[in-house]
Amino acid sequence: MSKLKELEQLLAHGVITRREFIARVSALGLAAAVSPMLLPSPAQAASPKKGGRFRLGLAGGSTTDSLDPATITDMMLQVVNQGQLRNTLVEIDQKANPIPELAESWEATPDAKKWVFKLRKGVEFHNGKTMDADDVIYSINHHRGADTKSAAKGIIEAIEDIQKDGKDTVIFTLNGGNADFPYIMSDYHLTISPAGDKFVDGIGTGGYMLKDYEPGVRAFAVRNPNYFKADRAHFDEVETLSIPDVNARTNALKTGQIDAMNRCELKTVQFLKRTRGIQVMEQNGFKHYTFAMRCDTAPFNNVDVRLALKYAIDRKQMVKTILRGFGAIGNDHPISMANRYHAGDLPQRQFDPDKAKFHLKKSGVGNITFRLHAADAAFVGAVDAAVLYKEKAGSAGVDIEVVREPNDGYWSNVWLKKPWCAVFWGGRPTEDMMFSTAYAADASWNDTFWKNKRFNELLVAARAELDEKKRRNMYSEMQSIVRDDGGVVVPMFAADLSAATDKIGHGPLGANWEMDGFRCAERWWFM
Amino acid sequence: MDSIAKLVLKRVGMGLVTLIVISLVFFVGVEALPGDLAEEILGQNALPETVEAFRKELKLDLPPHVRYFSWLGGFMKGDFGNSLANGRPIADLIGWRLSNTLFLALSAAAIAVPISIILGILAALYRNSLFDRAISMATLSTISFPEFFVAYILMALLSVQLIIFPSISNINDQMSLAEKLHAIFLPCLTLTLVVMAHMMRQTRAAIINILASPYIEMAKLKGLRRLRIIVLHAFPNALSPVINVVALNLAYLVVGAVIIEVVFVYPGLGQLLVDSVSKRDIPVVQASGLIFATVYITLNLAADVLSIVSNPRLRNPR
Repeated sequence: MSKLKELEQLLAHGVITRREFIARVSALGLAAAVSPMLLPSPAQAASPKKGGRFRLGLAGGSTTDSLDPATITDMMLQVVNQGQLRNTLVEIDQKANPIPELAESWEATPDAKKWVFKLRKGVEFHNGKTMDADDVIYSINHHRGADTKSAAKGIIEAIEDIQKDGKDTVIFTLNGGNADFPYIMSDYHLTISPAGDKFVDGIGTGGYMLKDYEPGVRAFAVRNPNYFKADRAHFDEVETLSIPDVNARTNALKTGQIDAMNRCELKTVQFLKRTRGIQVMEQNGFKHYTFAMRCDTAPFNNVDVRLALKYAIDRKQMVKTILRGFGAIGNDHPISMANRYHAGDLPQRQFDPDKAKFHLKKSGVGNITFRLHAADAAFVGAVDAAVLYKEKAGSAGVDIEVVREPNDGYWSNVWLKKPWCAVFWGGRPTEDMMFSTAYAADASWNDTFWKNKRFNELLVAARAELDEKKRRNMYSEMQSIVRDDGGVVVPMFAADLSAATDKIGHGPLGANWEMDGFRCAERWWFM
Repeated sequence: MDSIAKLVLKRVGMGLVTLIVISLVFFVGVEALPGDLAEEILGQNALPETVEAFRKELKLDLPPHVRYFSWLGGFMKGDFGNSLANGRPIADLIGWRLSNTLFLALSAAAIAVPISIILGILAALYRNSLFDRAISMATLSTISFPEFFVAYILMALLSVQLIIFPSISNINDQMSLAEKLHAIFLPCLTLTLVVMAHMMRQTRAAIINILASPYIEMAKLKGLRRLRIIVLHAFPNALSPVINVVALNLAYLVVGAVIIEVVFVYPGLGQLLVDSVSKRDIPVVQASGLIFATVYITLNLAADVLSIVSNPRLRNPR
């Protein structure tokens, strides 16, 4: 069955066509088991049923959480904020396309510098106020300016000016063209609250209204009877519990105290899969783990050193042991199969001891030890992955020393500071966001301190390019430049694993974020 | 009684000094950890400007001693302040969690204390018998396993296999007392198993110690029954060490339940303290730390007072 689920995922992301999907499913003899929504038969899926209390048990909640979208960083509030209480202008659908949410439509000037968003009319906030352009401007400005403490400041820095044109039109002027701007407006920080809101009551336009919230413990919301999407938010009530311990989550699901959970434990998920009445869901999204080398620091300023290290890692073994098979191998660039412009034709880099030796020799650095800094704060299993890397590289004549760092303060003291360290990337829904965030020469999170002229030219050109085909070529070339010249080793893309009782119905899962793009409460239903 | 009042006053005074010192230790400890609240909350998303804005808004840019004394000033006036991370009043964050923690601790104590004392008396009564060895083995085994392991075993048996008790103790105000007690049964049982050995063994040892005294010999010679000797003659004189160990374990039930709270998703103070330390939310750490310290100090004081009251020799010092 897992093969079938995998095919459904591939279909949902457009990696395979519907025709291929049917052919491959038939070949497996699984056609009967396929969700009828995916097959072009006259029998359509039963429409979602309304009602019930949906109980979510999530990792990623903390007693220090706040409903202010500026400081949201983890799952519990991401799911509560974007999936229940508030909406963004743009939604990312299951195939990673931007679709209208609070904005009804949008269009750009040909240079993609000026974006006009037409807002949906008659949308009401939970407090009865009708949403208009002022609310949008207020909510977006919350993340801009000198005094903001928003984690989203970086991603909307390109906005130079926001103007309204009447009650239902908002015009964004950017400091450079960006064809992917609608994707940015789908970010989970950029949810819309009423103008003047203090962001503490959870007032939004979302499918559920907040009744009770205790940070790091529980959020309780009831269906919004005036929700503007008629075919969404099927549950009567949604209870979101913070359950940090993975065993507690799993047991709660098994004993029926919750209906769905996120972040299953890789070691035991095989057993969970075999449990009756439980469905395990795998989302292959953008999440990837990297080993970032600072290209401005010796010896990593030498491209042959970087290549030697890239050839010295066994990616398949990493996926098999660190991810237990739940993921995909990387190709030393951050663009995943779920991205639109993934360069599938780029040759896969393999573990190759001869080439590693060759490049190490060519680099002329002699016999040195490369210090790789890692802690499990970087990603689950980072230290194990580093040790695995060391062992395999040793057999290729490359000497790596693993330096174990404390989890506390990893992101402030190790990342962007040490010359070579393990890094977690949640990934980005678009190529441009990913590259601009972590690979552009002037990006604050350019953790490889990599400055490639051709790459940076292409980045700006591709961002403003509205022609699909030209864009695809540019992004392919950029992936190949990162792969061959960049300072990053990308061994693997990790899948998101979640589980639910099989009483829960859902369509193909969105891969942009965990739990169906955070929107499980809005998209799922009780069968 | 005068001496007891004097002792209590002296100990309360010393307790207050201890609390101030503890608050200082907490403050310095959290300060010494790498990173601050702004960096921890923003994590990988931190930009230098946003971290600056964060620090400025929360006054984290002031020197540490200024922040400590402004906190101390507020605290003296009974103002716990607000959480730095989400701006909620700390009194609100702590109030209901403290009552949850105390509820769990008291329920566990109500089971654990009588059972362990009775078992201790029985063990002394049937010293070196099979019964004595069996309960010693059993209680020592439960205390020797890590508490989360005991918790998972109980969960696997009573919640997953038999489906009698819930695996997460999610309690809220809408529940009746009976529902709450049902919900917390597993954490309660785990804590009971964890603290029983200590109290049971101490009771047994204290009684056996007394049994060697001449007046017990006398009682035996009078032909009294063994049970009567132990319960009426030996036990009252063994009370002092027993009270001390009970007080220590009660304190443990309040402050040591952090892991149990996480395993059973019980909304108590422990989880709050852990989250606040990891996010460097100093005022919350201070407040919850001081509550734990107060519990320790108060219970220790109570134990001392009770030991004196239960012991005529200490009650009437020459």
